[in-house]
Amino acid sequence: MITVDARGFACPEPVIRTKKALDVAGTDEVVEVLVDNEISLANVSKFGNDAGAKVTTKKVGDGHFRVLLELGESRSSQKETDQRTIAVIDSETMGEGSEELGKVLMKGFVYALSQLDVLPDKVLFYNGGAKLTCTGSDSLEDLQYMEGEGVEIMTCGTCLDFFKLKEELSVGQVTNMYSIVEAMNSADHIMKP
Amino acid sequence: MLSELPGFTDPNLIVGIETSDDAAIYKINDEVAMIQTLDFFTPIVDDPYMFGQIAAANSLSDVWAMGGDPKVALNIVAFPACLDVAILGEILKGGADKVKEAGAVLVGGHTIQDDEPKYGLSVSGFVHPDKIFKNYGCQAGDALILTKQIGSGIINTAIKGEIASEQAITEAQETMAALNKKAKEVAAKYQVSACTDITGFGLLGHCAEMAGASNVTFSLTAQDIPLMAEAASYAKMGFIPAGAYKNREFTRNQVDAGDLPEYYLDLFYDPQTSGGLLLSVPGAQKEALMSDLLGAGLSTKVAVIGEVQDKQEKLINLR
Repeated sequence: MITVDARGFACPEPVIRTKKALDVAGTDEVVEVLVDNEISLANVSKFGNDAGAKVTTKKVGDGHFRVLLELGESRSSQKETDQRTIAVIDSETMGEGSEELGKVLMKGFVYALSQLDVLPDKVLFYNGGAKLTCTGSDSLEDLQYMEGEGVEIMTCGTCLDFFKLKEELSVGQVTNMYSIVEAMNSADHIMKP
Repeated sequence: MLSELPGFTDPNLIVGIETSDDAAIYKINDEVAMIQTLDFFTPIVDDPYMFGQIAAANSLSDVWAMGGDPKVALNIVAFPACLDVAILGEILKGGADKVKEAGAVLVGGHTIQDDEPKYGLSVSGFVHPDKIFKNYGCQAGDALILTKQIGSGIINTAIKGEIASEQAITEAQETMAALNKKAKEVAAKYQVSACTDITGFGLLGHCAEMAGASNVTFSLTAQDIPLMAEAASYAKMGFIPAGAYKNREFTRNQVDAGDLPEYYLDLFYDPQTSGGLLLSVPGAQKEALMSDLLGAGLSTKVAVIGEVQDKQEKLINLR
């Protein structure tokens, strides 16, 4: 077990120290973080959850807390997610040939995407893809699940305006071309159906 | 604490501290009122020229938030004897460039020796007494428009943690240094029911204040609220400043956030430095004002983030 004594430090130092410890922790090694205020407790717990660790917290005296972070099996996959993956969906359908089939395939694609062990950081929707994040889409449930798991669901605002769907957006955020280009540019992998 | 100090009354004092507004307004005659404000803080970025710009933009903002035009500014400076005076020169140049862009004049100021640098401005401006933007007065049916993306507190925390990306740093700094001048000038052509600038209380803190003082409920749409690049990622990683938790504690009972993911709340309570204007305007004027704002060439993101409704159980409903 690695112990990080972050008592006496203000935000963001406890998170930084936790990050450093997680970076060097071996497989199945538990990282214990000691903090002395609720803000650090919340921030270190959020960091652990975001890193895919199992987070357990315990109050150990007046205002003092012990946070246990266990990476366990997520360790190997977590290493890989230092790579940023985004998915880009630019159409309501997947592939060419039949529109009807394409819609079925796209629904399956989004579902399969939501079932990945390591979810993408972001899913971008533009042009016809924008319809998938709006009322009436068959994929809303899967997208809402992913959003709840911390995936950023981003839909092109110009596209929503074009299709007059601005009021119908049902999951995620509106984005613009600047952010889309930025997300693509900073991604290590881009998935496209 | 302020409540223990002696109170001041003057028939010409239109806006004082009692409404927790952004500055003082003193009526000179039926045509002219003076706005007076002051703000300064310690460096939040490494680049002294950028720090000067941000501190000045932040100080000037209060005048625009009240519907006025800044006219005269004075430097407020604290600087350590051990630091290179060229750094001070860069800070002051950043401030002076922003005062120039604001259309006001900078006429000196005061410097003291201190262990940590501090910089800001004392600003005087003018406004027609009938055209003041108050921070209350929202009417049911109003649209709520925000003129800058949020996330500067979280990104500054990520910068301290040395994990912020170049893109995130650049966007945060340019957003903080952007003046609220154009946004105010465009908005002044419309019927502004209420206005404030988003600063230390975070978006939701300032919304709660405005909704409470107006006796209405704000219905906000989370996905329409513009965010700085990477801010959501850093929020999820726990790079959240202590102020965000304090802001959240302060208005906890007045906000219904449904089942929104946690990191949205961290973002919306994030204390902002030199944030945008939050404008409440009649729904019928929404499209025209948005179109004007988007056409005005603002360097920041502008969005309709919600609407004003009749008072309900909570001050803010967030979906």
